[in-house]
Amino acid sequence: MKYLTRTLLGAAVASLMASTANADGHAKTLTIATVNNGDMIRMQKYTDDFTKKTGHKVEWVTLEENVLRQRVTTDITTKGGAFDIMTIGMYETPIWGKNGWLVSLNDLSAEYNADDILPAMRGGLSYEGTMYAAPFYGESSMIMYRSDLMEKAGMEMPEAPTWDFIAKAAAAMTDRGNEINGICLRGKAGWGEGGAFITAMSNSFGARWFDENWNAQFDTKEWADTLNFYKSMMDASGPPGYATNGFNENLSLFQQGKCGMWIDATVAASFVTNPNDSTVADKVGFALAPDTGLGKRSNWLWAWALAIPAGTQKADAAKEFIEWATGTGYIELVAAKEGWANVPPGARTSLYENPEYKKVPFAKMTLDSILSADPTNSTVKPSPYVGIQFAAIPEFAGIATDVSQEFSAAYAGQQTVEEALAKAQALTNDAMEAAGYK
Amino acid sequence: MARAITNERKIINTVAAWGIGLLIFFPILWTILTSFKTEAQAINDPPLFLFFDWTLENYAVVQERSNYGRFLWNSIFIAGGSTLLGVIIAIPAAWSMAFVPSKRTKDILLWMLSTKMLPAVGVLYPIYLLFIQFGLLDSILGLTIVLMLINLPIMVWMLYTYFREIPGEILEAARMDGATLRSEILYVLTPMAIPGIASTLLLNFILAWNEAFWTLNLTAAQAAPLTAFIASYSSPEGLFYAKLSAASTMAILPILILGWFSQKQLVRGLTFGAVK
Repeated sequence: MKYLTRTLLGAAVASLMASTANADGHAKTLTIATVNNGDMIRMQKYTDDFTKKTGHKVEWVTLEENVLRQRVTTDITTKGGAFDIMTIGMYETPIWGKNGWLVSLNDLSAEYNADDILPAMRGGLSYEGTMYAAPFYGESSMIMYRSDLMEKAGMEMPEAPTWDFIAKAAAAMTDRGNEINGICLRGKAGWGEGGAFITAMSNSFGARWFDENWNAQFDTKEWADTLNFYKSMMDASGPPGYATNGFNENLSLFQQGKCGMWIDATVAASFVTNPNDSTVADKVGFALAPDTGLGKRSNWLWAWALAIPAGTQKADAAKEFIEWATGTGYIELVAAKEGWANVPPGARTSLYENPEYKKVPFAKMTLDSILSADPTNSTVKPSPYVGIQFAAIPEFAGIATDVSQEFSAAYAGQQTVEEALAKAQALTNDAMEAAGYK
Repeated sequence: MARAITNERKIINTVAAWGIGLLIFFPILWTILTSFKTEAQAINDPPLFLFFDWTLENYAVVQERSNYGRFLWNSIFIAGGSTLLGVIIAIPAAWSMAFVPSKRTKDILLWMLSTKMLPAVGVLYPIYLLFIQFGLLDSILGLTIVLMLINLPIMVWMLYTYFREIPGEILEAARMDGATLRSEILYVLTPMAIPGIASTLLLNFILAWNEAFWTLNLTAAQAAPLTAFIASYSSPEGLFYAKLSAASTMAILPILILGWFSQKQLVRGLTFGAVK
């Protein structure tokens, strides 16, 4: 019995010492919450490289975007500490940074070269000059079009087209008999789906979500013009049931050769030009998102970025991981293993100066789109918010989801554009008043 | 006098039953079929039913990317643990309500059921904070307790219904023969209610296996069960339908096998007491 007690005590002391050494010193296990998309999955594949270099191990929690958003929000607001690194976007970063929920990343090492991060990305992931998340990849939106169908229609895509040109080209490319829709756009309800698209589009029509006093602006002519233009173009040249199409549905249509044009995230360029998945891989051209000549284009800006929640006990190891994953070394690692077309795009200036990357067909247009997006000055008339396809206030996600549901109902013909806008105006003003903005 | 069933009627009934059965099963069948397609074939329009190049690639990718074994064991422990723990509490509770009811028994039963009407998200924050306080976040024990509590009203209700079918005189006779309360429940009541208990166990195991709100919100890397495994393959920005289908098939396979072998008990248990 005595022997057993001694053995158990010895084992307990040994395990305590081992765990203390682990906590003090070197190898730690980081828990990282992330989204399920191609670039993130690729990063998980190369985690061994990070472990080899630092000794730290990584546990991944991969979730669908909306589930992840809810999960990490619960954890960070309660200081649960379930995650050491979170994958968040440009919408959450300034809000959470302002609330003190994230660790500052201003002290990353000199080798990391934070100045190499594209200014638009760095700005969107900062609050009052402090960077709270490092971009893993960034995206804007642009036009992807079928060069063969455009030629067949007897038209030529300018590098920076107008919405009028797009509507005409869409009508000319539409061939219902052969199941070709001139244009495919998001119509699905959800602030990050159809809501993001129509908000970015409205900027180019001179519309804005709020005036300087946070009054909703859906009763303006600019919003009516945006929605009427969208609906009439999509009714004439869009796919059937476009009101329920999001990114994936349109990607699927485009890859099967059923869209003449698709305006969506720049990251989609690598999907539609991948011959393994796309039947039109060698017939895709790119152009800037359209405008109406008012000085703002309809492209957005987004980044999936890595941030450290303030509740973690492993902030130093987490910073090491962020430096590894968002640094130039990782880009080179992926380029060496899988080619330059597969490196995470849109985050670093040096990537776009790399002669090898310049050969990738969509590289220039991606960069031009990102550079033309300015989240701090996204609307023609002055607005009180930061963000292009969103307004970076905590209430926006809820309000925009409701508004986009009204818009989707109008696309589907369940109500008129005027009715949808009137409802959007009322519900937005109600929500803003309840939140204390007015 | 029982009505004679004509052959024609039998055929119609059989065809209708098969038709409805296949209709209900079709989404699962489609998921299984999609798991053997490439991503391009998965989104093909018109959809490909059987004539495509069958591939096991998605299963290989899922196996390589995720630690399926860990998710599976977590699911088994959480679903099994919460069901067993629940039945241990539910049997005595249902016994007291069925055989020694008080004035308030019906109210209590209804109140228990009413807790199921509360949207789970309404109590997410209080429960999350409690979990942080007690160090239960991302633990199998924590999830087992939560799922047991969630399913307890259903278990008590089911067992109460079954116990009510058993004549109280049998238990009285056991008592007169000197049986203690423990022996009465363990050796007299339980053996008689085996079909009901079995179906309660099975149904609650399935409910706990499929639970996808708490299992996603209270876990991270350690205690995540198969629901989190499936969620990791869903994406709004990228076409991963074939891989998602492979992950879903791997997640539902154990419960599909369990359901197949225990369908007789399930049906018997669920219809027990329905016809007097």
